[in-house]
Formats: sequence, C-alpha cells, structure tokens
Amino acid sequence: MNRTAVGWLVLGWIGFALLPWYAVPGGFFSFDWLWQYPDADTASGLIQALVHGRWWLAPLIVPLALPILGLRRPPEDPHTPRLLVWAGVLGLIWVTAQGFAIDHQGWSTAWLAALTGTAGPSQAGMGAGASVTALAFLFILSAGLAAHGWCRGDMFTVGTIALIVALIGIFVFFPIVKVLLSALQDNDGRFAPALFAEKFFDHSIWGLDCLTSDLRCGVAWNTLFLAILVGVGTTALGLAFALIALRTGFRFKWLLRVLTVLPIITPPFVIGLAIILLFGRSGAVSTLLFEWFDIPRSRWIYGLPGVLLAQLLAFTPIAFLVLIGVVQGISPSLEEAAQTLRAKRWTTFTTVTWPLIRPGIANAFLLGFVESMADFGNPLVLGGNFEVLSTKIFFAVVGASHDQGRAAVLAIILLAFTLGAFYVQHRWLGRRVYTTVTGKGDSGLPAPLPRRMSWLCYGVALPWAFLTFVIYVTILIGGFVRTMGRDYTPTLEHFLTGFAIDVTPNGLHFIGSAWDSFWTTIQVSAISAPLTAAIGLLSAYLLARQRFTGQRAFEFGTMLSFAIPGTVVGVSYILAFNVPPIEITGTGLILIICFVFRNMPVGVRAGIATLSQIDRSLDEASLTLGARTFTTVRRVVLPLLRPAIVAAMVYSFVRAMTAVSAVIFLVSAQYNLATAYIVGRVEAGEFGLAIAYSSVLILVMIVAILLIQLVVGERRLGRRTATGDLAFQGGS
Amino acid sequence: MTKSGPASVEFRNVTKRYGRVVAVNSVSFTIEPGTLVTLLGPSGCGKTTTLRLIAGLEMASEGQILIGGRDVTRLSAAERDVSMVFQSYALFPHMTVLENVAYGPTVSGMGKAKARELAAEKLALVGLKGFESRLPSELSGGQQQRVAVARALVLEPQVLLFDEPLSNLDAKLRRRVREDIRDLQRKLNLTVVYVTHDQQEALAVSDRVIVMSNAVIAQSGTPRELYEAPANLFVADFIGDANLVDGELTAKDGELGTVRLGGLTAQLPHRNAPLGPIKVAIRPESLVLMREAPNRPSIRGSVSKAAYLGTHMEYTVTTELGELFVIDRAVDRPLTPGTDIHVALGDQRITVVPDST
Repeated sequence: MNRTAVGWLVLGWIGFALLPWYAVPGGFFSFDWLWQYPDADTASGLIQALVHGRWWLAPLIVPLALPILGLRRPPEDPHTPRLLVWAGVLGLIWVTAQGFAIDHQGWSTAWLAALTGTAGPSQAGMGAGASVTALAFLFILSAGLAAHGWCRGDMFTVGTIALIVALIGIFVFFPIVKVLLSALQDNDGRFAPALFAEKFFDHSIWGLDCLTSDLRCGVAWNTLFLAILVGVGTTALGLAFALIALRTGFRFKWLLRVLTVLPIITPPFVIGLAIILLFGRSGAVSTLLFEWFDIPRSRWIYGLPGVLLAQLLAFTPIAFLVLIGVVQGISPSLEEAAQTLRAKRWTTFTTVTWPLIRPGIANAFLLGFVESMADFGNPLVLGGNFEVLSTKIFFAVVGASHDQGRAAVLAIILLAFTLGAFYVQHRWLGRRVYTTVTGKGDSGLPAPLPRRMSWLCYGVALPWAFLTFVIYVTILIGGFVRTMGRDYTPTLEHFLTGFAIDVTPNGLHFIGSAWDSFWTTIQVSAISAPLTAAIGLLSAYLLARQRFTGQRAFEFGTMLSFAIPGTVVGVSYILAFNVPPIEITGTGLILIICFVFRNMPVGVRAGIATLSQIDRSLDEASLTLGARTFTTVRRVVLPLLRPAIVAAMVYSFVRAMTAVSAVIFLVSAQYNLATAYIVGRVEAGEFGLAIAYSSVLILVMIVAILLIQLVVGERRLGRRTATGDLAFQGGS
Repeated sequence: MTKSGPASVEFRNVTKRYGRVVAVNSVSFTIEPGTLVTLLGPSGCGKTTTLRLIAGLEMASEGQILIGGRDVTRLSAAERDVSMVFQSYALFPHMTVLENVAYGPTVSGMGKAKARELAAEKLALVGLKGFESRLPSELSGGQQQRVAVARALVLEPQVLLFDEPLSNLDAKLRRRVREDIRDLQRKLNLTVVYVTHDQQEALAVSDRVIVMSNAVIAQSGTPRELYEAPANLFVADFIGDANLVDGELTAKDGELGTVRLGGLTAQLPHRNAPLGPIKVAIRPESLVLMREAPNRPSIRGSVSKAAYLGTHMEYTVTTELGELFVIDRAVDRPLTPGTDIHVALGDQRITVVPDST
C-alpha cells in the first residue's frame, strides 16, 4: 500500500474512534465538547456504537479494517487496490445510508418504521468525526482507483476529481433534488402528486386575468413579462453604450469604464433603494415635482415601473460588458473590405456590422432576462403589489403561510425558466457567435458609426448615464442628510446609529446596530473567497489539463450553480440542510458553503481562460523533470495562475458582500449579513440607515479589491510587467 | 544521484490510439545507447507522439516500451529517467534561468545549494555563465534554447529527447545549434532521440534516422542508406529531391540488373525488385546536361525553366521520361529556357526503388 492511502486510513480511524461523531453544540472549534467528552452527544463513532447503544455505527469497523489487510502487501500486489476500492465504497454507502435512515425523530422513512414496528432510534447531524471518516473513505476509494490505473495512475487527479464531484453532489445537486422531492410531497412528507399538480397549475401562478379584466395576472407571467422588458431594455442601452465607446469620437470614454465597475460593487437592491429616495411618495424628485408643478405625490413607483427601472439601471452595465466584447471582436478589415467594395457607411453597418453583432445581442438579451428573473432585492424593495417568482418564493417560506411545498413548486418553475434560457443560449447561440478576430495581427480602423446611428445612441445613452449619475449621488449623500426629500439638514446620525464606537477605559465597544452583521459579512466573505478560488481553480485545472471519462458531465456540474437563481438556492438549502445527516442551517458554515458553491463557476471560468493561455508543455516539462502532479501544480501552475486567483478572489469576495437572494433564507439572529440587515431596515422604513450602510459596504469593497490585488500581486514574468486589467461580469 | 549512463530505447509493437484515430501503429525499433537517432517525417506522421510515448507523456494503447532494458510502459513521466527539450522550450516564465535549471534536482529532493551548484555547472557547459539571475523573457531565442538543454541535462538522464528544437530559430542559427547539440551528445555520450520534419537537419546530425509516414516506420537506417538506397517511393521523395521515373527491369545478373529507362539502359543493383515495370529514383545532381550529342547514351530534352542559386543552377527539363529536375554545377555557362539539350545519366545516385507501391 502506498503512503497516501495509509495516511487516509489513519485519518479515517481518528475520525471514527476519537473525534465526536455528531455535530456538537457550540461547534467543534469552540472545544466546549471536551468537558463532556465522551458522553452520548460528544462521543466518537466507535464509543457511540459500543457504549451509547448506537449499534448502527458498528458496521463501519468493517470497511475501516479491510485496508489493514493490505498494509503488509507490497504496492504492486493487484489485490491491494481492490481492497481499497471495496473499503471506500462500503464505507461511503454505509455512512450515507445510516445518515439518511435515522434522524432526530427516529426512522426517517415510513417503510423502515413499518418494517421494524418501532419509532426507531434517534441521532443528530453529522459532526467532525463523521465528516473526517467520510472524507477518508472517499480518498481511500480514490487511492484504490488510482492504483487500478485511473487517470494514468495519478492519485492527486483521482482524489481531486472525487472530492469535487462529492462536494458538488452534496451542495448543488442534493438540494435541488430535495426541492423536486418536497414539491411532490405534502407538508407531512407523504407522496402527493395530485397536490403537486394542483399547486403547479394554480391560478395565482398562471392566471391571465390581466388580459381580460382589471385583476392581476399570475406570478409566472409577471416574472416573464418583466424579464423580457429588462432583457430588451438592457440590451438596447448596453449596445448604445458599447457603440459610443468603440465607434465614435466620444471624449469621456473613461466614464464608461467607471460605469462597468459600478454594478460589481453595488448590491443590486441599493439601486432600488435610491429610486425610492428619488421617486417615492416623499422622494426628492416627487417633492420637487409637487412643489414646482403641483403634480400630486403618488405611489406609482411601487410595482412594475419601479422594479423595471431599478433592474434596467442595475443590469445595463452587464449588457454593456458583453456587447463591448462583441463589437470589439469584429475585425475592422471586414468593414474595410465592405467599404472598398463601394458600400456606404450605412450599408456597411446594416450588411456587415449588424449581422455580426446579432448573436452577441441575443446573448446579452438572455443574460438580462436571467438576471431579472434571479433578482430578488429590487422586487422585494420596490415590488408593492407586483409579485414575481423570487419574492413569492420568499414569502411562501418566511411568511404567515409557511408552505414549503408551495415554495418548492414556485422554485421549480423559476428554475425551469432560467435553465431554459441557458439551454437556449448554449444550444442555439453556441454555434453562432462569430469570433472574427484571428490570432494574426489584424490592423485596420473600425468604421465610425453612421450619423443617424450615433445620434440615436447618444440620445439613448446620455440621459441614461445622467440618471445613473443621479442615483449614485443619491447613494452617496443619502446617508449624510436627515431625510431625503424632506429634510436636507446634514447629519451623521445614520452613521452613528449603525457604526457608533464607544471608547471606554476597557477598550472599544462597537455599540452601533450594524456592527454585528458587518463583522459577520466581512468574516464570511473573507473565508469564502479563498475557498471559492481554490475549488474553482482546481476544477479548472482538471477541465483544462486532464482527460477523464465523464469530463463533460463534470463541467456541467461545476457550471450548473450559475444558472440556479439565488432564491431557489436559498429554499433548497433550507429544505436539504435543516435535518440530519447534514444539519447546518443557522450556522455560519452554511453561509460560507452557499457562497463557495454559488460563486465557484467564476473561478472555473477565470481558471480555464488563464490556463488556456499557458502552454501545456510547461506542465509536461515539469513532469519529465521528475515532479509529480501535485508538485507541478504547486510550483508551476499555481504561480502562473495568479491573475485568475486575483479575479476569483475579488469576485467571490464582492459577490459574497453584495448577495442577498440566497442568503436571506439562511441568515440567523447570530449570523446576520449586511445585505439582509439593510433589506430589513428598508422594510422598516429606515432609509437613512440603509443607505448609509450601503455606502459603507461599497467603500469596504473598493478597499478590499485593492488589498487583494496588493497581497496576491502580479505575475512576475519579466522586468517589464504589464498589468492585465481584470474584467468581471457582475451579477445579483 | 548516480550517473546511470546512456540507455537503449526499445519499442515492441507499440500502438497509440486516440478514439478511432491511430497515431502510432504497431511500431517496433531499437535505439542503441549513446547514439543520436532522428524521428523524421511530415507533420501528422506520428513522430511527436512516438517521442511523447518515450517520455511517458502519452501512455501506449498496446505494446511494450523498454528503456535500458527495463519495462517502463506503465510508468508515468515523472518516474522515467528521461528528459525532454520542448519545441516551445517550456521554460517556466516565473523562475530565473538558474531556478529553471535547478528545478529538476530540487523537486527530486536534492538540497537547494547542491541543486544550484549542479545547475550552475550545466549552465556553464552550454555557455550561459553569467545569465543565472535573468528571467527567460530576457533572453534571446537561442539562449532560451540553451537553457532548455541545460535544464534537460541537469539530471543526467538515460535518454534525452528533443522535440523540433530548432524550429523557433532563424536559419543561420540553426546550423550552429544543431552542431552544438551533436557535440554535446558526443562529449557526454548521451542517447538522444530527436524529432524533426527537416530532412537536411536529420541527415546532418544523426547516427540513424527513422522515417515515419502515416503512423508507421517507412524506413530506418543511416543518413547515407536513406539517401542512396531509399526503400520506397515515400522515402525517395521525402529525403532530398528525386526524379521518380518509370522504367523496366529486363534482366538480373547477381546483384545487378538491367534497367531500361525510355531510350536509355543502365546496370543498377536490382535490390530484389521483380522483373517488369519498376520505379527508378534519380537524384537531380546525377543527371548530366550537354549542348552537343555526347558519345555515350543520352536522350533529347529541352530546358523549360532555369533558376540561378549561386552555388548551382536548377533546371527543369522536358524529356521523353517526363519533366526532370536537374542540378548543374556549371554556373558560369547557364542554359536559357528553350535550349535543346542532351541528357545523360551519371554513375552514382540512381537507384531502383524496391517497394514501388
């Protein structure tokens, strides 16, 4: 047996015989459990089985003992790998089976209770011991498979694949499956397809009353209608900005670059908040209109107009980022060719330029469409009576009705919409995106826009840019005045409420109401950022540099969480992780896990993009010089991946700080997050505090981005270094 | 680290498949220790795959690979005592020249100081003393190439592999670098396997050449054997220039046979070709052009193209045997297109191609 396998075997025994098998109150790392160890709550698996009557843990001795038979055998012995594989498979199966079979209340399924005629024993969620043991089984299994010759016999590759597959299985697929299952059950856990059909085809979801009468339409139609409007709007605006940036002599192009950074560091619902402060019943603009033109104040902004406006403002920069790439990708020589063939500017634009950017336009539309569907903060803040799927799901879970089955049904519909959009994008656009820039140096001047087009672009874009500017000014000054729209007395009152610090002889006391959520946010973001980068880049390495069966499925798995709206993730995590075997709701851990797996696709993309620029022969050179895969990754691949590491860390940090849709389900009194706290303030009408807190968040993110850049640093490839600029695609 | 000396490389019916595509098809050969052997062939013939199979960067689908008599078929690249100089050099851009060369000893567990000492020694050997603290991006192409060689040499591998090492250098530099490589190989007594698609380069540096075509070995032998006695049409055409002319083997007498080429007759080694129609390879420098009818057998022709290349003239001559490509050393008395001339055969470098399929 090789040393790695022995190491994992030892760890497996430690997990089973020493560490507390179940989750301990206060968390493992508080070490409070040491005082009671080893009682029925804190004992290890072995002691639980022998002393505390948890007999179902005893069979785990078998898979842990099997590899011991192989200890004496030489590594070449063909039986050793088989032993390891059997031990790993049996161990994993039994850990999973017993975990799902028994929970707090006893047998977790009716047929087991019927079979045994008893309520059954009870157990808590898995803890440190169970996790370590399960992990050990996973790696013993991969050591066995590697010894069988999988992945050219490379333990590192097999182990990494196994680990990532297991993690994605547990934290992406399992929750989704749980949603599907609970949609098919009634609230007591019985299989009820009729109820599912009834909920699915409910009039409140699919009703079309708004076409025939004054009543409201179903929530699915609302969502779809809003998403289409947002998709069209953001695409048109984004295209106008992109054309101005690349095809006109516009003087202030740097302003447009700023525009692309803003959505990355702005929590999307902050836009909604600023809109309330401007156009709400007592908003600044409404007040002006009332005082100067006698236009009565109204609540028109709450509902479709407000949500639409907020989402357009929030997601236009994303469309701009996509389309600027598309317009840039058109080789100027194509347009020059058209012109030398006697085409006028307008003809060139309509016959060459436009057809080439059309697929990019469809792409931008779909992105806007999906972002709108997934958005939760703006509809929550501005929706009023206009309900969309994401808010409806939220209120089904947290509202008075508390109908998880209904939330699951709504989540399925929302998921179907977004996955459908991504499917269309993949199948239909994948083959139609024209990359016309080749590797060869392609010189030439891009054709300037025809005059008609450029006037149109300016006409659309400039007022919009002005509105964006006003919104951000509002965010900036909103926190420093008493009440926007009514009382513009400068004040620090809001900042003091949130962030007051009491200096006492005993030290500093953070007495402001926002401090708790602020520190939790920073902590959770700071912990999840490197984890996201690590797992994302490892997946990227496996996808770009290794070949193994099932690679396409693996890729799909790593990218899937990108297509799942945050609200669906929130619901699915609540359904999946509220009961044993994995019981982590209400902890800080679930927040970290949620961020890691939601933001992982960005790390994967950044990693694949960077790796494809690094010659594969560098890895091979390292291998032929006697370095194993792990050493190669550590000493050659990782140092060259620095830009990707920065991108992934910055992005996941920032996303963790701005996300609201998924985590609003998962926060608890102990672990509250800034965004959830701000949304709470908005709902309570404390706009001043909310906007002050938002501007603090934005500031912190800017500082953090600069800090990460500084710490991870640049790639040292030559004394004449060029800093590559990092481009992100922002999101909700 | 013990110096293990040069080792032989042996392929026994090695096949490499990618899905349904066969990149190397049941190839067998033996490379003697301490020799420089070139894998030569057009792109896509499987020569680079063969090299990567030796390195362990690809795993054979079938067959056996032995290095120094030991079966290494299932060993990974890190476990084989083989180093490789890559076409792109594959220098680690984030490490200095010295760190690059010291990489091999460092990762195989040697102390840092010892590794650096060894690396500095090898850098001096390739003439790069004083460049230790530079980054690869600060070196010229030729210098980078030498760093790559030093890095591959530092572990004193049993076999050293070169994957088209000259393709990124300019034409003048190529000759010098290939001579350096040959000197180094002789001086250090290394087994070297060298991949190239340039037949001149192959002829110039090799002890033996293995010509590959369509995933199989077309012929292997010394450079002289390949040029003067090609085994088949592919090799005759690929190594140097050749006029492949239809002829007829009319009689055999011992080693020699009587070959009729249109109106000409020649006594050539028949190389076990069957009687009847055959192909004959005539090197362009073995055809003699004359303005006047000579007193030896000749055929009539007319110059259709002429080019001046400094050391020689190149002519295309239309004859009853078809268009013939001729090299003539008589630069001072050029023939102009349209001139009627007589073409006679020289004594050497005319050979029957035994495998004319």
